Amino acid sequence: MFVTSAFAEETAPAATEGDTHSSTGVPAEAHGTFPPFDPATFPSQLLWLAITFGLFYLFLKRVAMPRLGGIIDVRNDRISKDLDQASKLKGEADAAVAAYEQELAEAKKNANSIGQQASDAAKAEAETTRKKIEAELDAKLGEAEARISSIKANAMKEVGSIAEDTASSIVEALVGGKASKTEVAAAVKSVAR
Amino acid sequence: MAADKVDPIHQFHIIKLIPIKIGSYDVSFTNSALFMVATVIVAAAFLYLTTSSRSLVPGRLQSVSEMAYEFVGNMLRDAAGTQGMRFFPLVFSLFMFVLVANLLGLIPYFFTITSHIIVTFGLAILVIGTVIVYGFMKHGLGFLKLFVPHGVPIYLMPLVVAIEVISFVSRPVSLSVRLFANMLAGHITLKVFSGFVVSLSALGAVGIAGSVLPLAMAVALTALELLVAFLQAYVFAVLTCMYLNDALHPSH
Repeated sequence: MFVTSAFAEETAPAATEGDTHSSTGVPAEAHGTFPPFDPATFPSQLLWLAITFGLFYLFLKRVAMPRLGGIIDVRNDRISKDLDQASKLKGEADAAVAAYEQELAEAKKNANSIGQQASDAAKAEAETTRKKIEAELDAKLGEAEARISSIKANAMKEVGSIAEDTASSIVEALVGGKASKTEVAAAVKSVAR
Repeated sequence: MAADKVDPIHQFHIIKLIPIKIGSYDVSFTNSALFMVATVIVAAAFLYLTTSSRSLVPGRLQSVSEMAYEFVGNMLRDAAGTQGMRFFPLVFSLFMFVLVANLLGLIPYFFTITSHIIVTFGLAILVIGTVIVYGFMKHGLGFLKLFVPHGVPIYLMPLVVAIEVISFVSRPVSLSVRLFANMLAGHITLKVFSGFVVSLSALGAVGIAGSVLPLAMAVALTALELLVAFLQAYVFAVLTCMYLNDALHPSH
């Protein structure tokens, strides 16, 4: 390979240079060239890089990455499951609230109708009682008026006889003679008209 | 040896720990390889141990792992759509590898593997190779439409196609050089300022007083490097996502 031939050319002066330096204290592994550009180390570094990186790649691919991916997947699954459950529970809670409110509304409606019925019944009862009492009062009033009118009539009748008595006694006192009863009655009647 | 400690390049030296040779290639287990192993073990152990309880409600460390996972996942989904998720392991591995390598490199005396161009280039070639292989597998020759934008006049086509090809070819270079240069420059700067502190404080009382400034600078730079470590891992992952998007949807 041309690399190795070039390398051979390069190392020949480099080796002598290294020899001269070794007497001045530069370590023997110094090839005289800048170490990262020293082709003598290339095969070894490439081989060991291939071995170590290859093993690292296989280890990550077979062991580390499936494990990491598994951990993250499990967590994501768990989170989405928890979120699903939370939204399901929220839905249930919402449904419960809606049912409660509906029942509340029904109960209010029932309460209203019951109250209405009760007040209607009470009004009707009060009305009937009132009418009954009014009727009784009317009856009593009528009775009382009848009695008054009968008493009045009696009294008026008696007023006539009293007037006749009074008139006859006045006539007796004034005239001195007895006036006949019928005459007096006729006179009182004509005056009373 | 005191001179070595101040030498800002010293930290990038490759040291053979276990010499291994296959054919004519030197594939010794070096400090670079050691820190690749360390990076992989730290990143893998972190991801593995923090998620071991699989808690539904994550603790702090588990959140960090999950954040990294979802961060890269969202990045890829935004850039390349749900079809791009087949590359999630690749992008996540790249992001974690680069991020942990950058962060480990910030610890004093630790080697920074991403400060070596061959490492970042290897990762960039992996990305571009994936793009090319998957692009041709999925779209066949239709993948070449990537280089032919819509609505360009015919006489401009050769020029535009040439530019598109050059920009595609330079992608692995820019991808690798960006990460490499950031880490290299950051660590050299840190080392230089810390070196000032050491050399100044050797000059006596005045030197110690004067070394406060580079010390404050080194502290500030460490904070900046922490940001750069994350940012470069992010940039690497984002660009990977965008290039993979080209493989999935080649026509502009």
